[in-house]
Amino acid sequence: MSAEIARPGFLRTAWLVTRKDLTVELRSREIVYTTLFFAVSCVLVFAFGFVKDGRPVDDVSAAILWIAIAFSGTLALGRTFERERASETLQALMLAPADRPAIYAGKLLGIVLLLGAVELVVVPLVALLFQAPYLARPLPLVALLVTGTLGFAAVGTLFAAMLVRARSRDVLLPVLLYPITIPVIIAGVRGTAALAQPDGAAIVRAWISMLVFFDVVFVTLALWTFEAVMTE
Amino acid sequence: MPAASASASFDFDHLVVRDVSRHFGRRRALARVSFDCGAGRLLALLGPNGAGKSTLLSILATLSAPSSGEVRYGAVTAREAGSAVRARIGVLGHDLYLYPELTARENLRFFGQLAGVRDPEPRVSAALARAGLTERGDDLVGRFSRGMRQRLALERALLHEPRLVLLDEPFTGLDDGSTRALLDRLDGLRREGAIVVVTTHDLDVIEPVIDEALVLREGRLWAVEAGGPGLRARYRAALSREGGNVG
Repeated sequence: MSAEIARPGFLRTAWLVTRKDLTVELRSREIVYTTLFFAVSCVLVFAFGFVKDGRPVDDVSAAILWIAIAFSGTLALGRTFERERASETLQALMLAPADRPAIYAGKLLGIVLLLGAVELVVVPLVALLFQAPYLARPLPLVALLVTGTLGFAAVGTLFAAMLVRARSRDVLLPVLLYPITIPVIIAGVRGTAALAQPDGAAIVRAWISMLVFFDVVFVTLALWTFEAVMTE
Repeated sequence: MPAASASASFDFDHLVVRDVSRHFGRRRALARVSFDCGAGRLLALLGPNGAGKSTLLSILATLSAPSSGEVRYGAVTAREAGSAVRARIGVLGHDLYLYPELTARENLRFFGQLAGVRDPEPRVSAALARAGLTERGDDLVGRFSRGMRQRLALERALLHEPRLVLLDEPFTGLDDGSTRALLDRLDGLRREGAIVVVTTHDLDVIEPVIDEALVLREGRLWAVEAGGPGLRARYRAALSREGGNVG
């Protein structure tokens, strides 16, 4: 009984969990394909409705972009934790001597990277179909997407982990998630819409600041509560 | 949040369960269960389905918290020891806690690293050899039979040389050879000073190796029986005895 062990630190644990999730996803490509398919379908359906004679309706593209991100993100969250539930491996993660908040951070990072991959396709698609000049201001756009995705995923990862044993988890996740992430969606939509305005830089900065505030509050809350909510 | 490694110096040589109760809403799963177990002892938790065996294992594993009472790992509770206590616990659940999309080697490496095993590769290779899976180490676990996954899951649970080993129905899906190998392994763990707690319905299989059997019924500690021949008959007699033999 003399194991040469040194419990991994927070960042190391988080990275191990993220790397494992990415390896599993790269093998199956199940979540990235389904999420991407759903997000692209969502954008295309809106394009059929809101683009007439090659001209999009004004100021709808930002909302469509964030609807696609939110809906596909919900799908990704559900599938990621369904995978852990199917093999009961979430319990194995909880049994590890690592800090449980680090496991949350690892799962969160995996979801953010997955949604980032989806956004790499969806953002140019929305910009193209709705003739939105988002790509002309890449830095503020990336800041909005990163902070918005992090905020959405921070709440979603906590709820998805909490609901992993609930029978109605597929229904409960969006019911719980959307009301709390409304500030993220509003900030994302308004900030992204302001990117298209010639004098919108200050407005974009204000919405990014709000998203950063939301991220700090909800990531902190999730890290603080994760251990308690995951212990039965 | 510290990025540096924390030394896993925490260890214990006995387990104390005192008046542990667990309720799920109005349903009582465990009622004031108490027992002690020292290092180098192999304990069986027996009882009919729904007796509270898995709930008790879950509490010992720190996955659940008792509604009342306490579990002490040496001198401290799980809450006091924090994550350090989990570094000394190995669990083989009824579900095997393996990723089917990863290979056997990747599964062991991942859980070894998560448990903080320094340089996991030699341990991983040794574990694969013990499980009889050296040739299949780079195959996806999803393609394994139940018995192969069971053997691999046992090695996953023991990779970090835990002090407290908790096994939930470990003989499920094993053939005769694998069952004998598992019994030898349990005996070896006991001789190395581990505290081994096993839930099982395979009483005839487990009776030669256990030191003591705790019989649970309706969440209560109903009887305590010694290991050795005739365990099944004594178990049946204990269950049929009104009030059990525990005061």
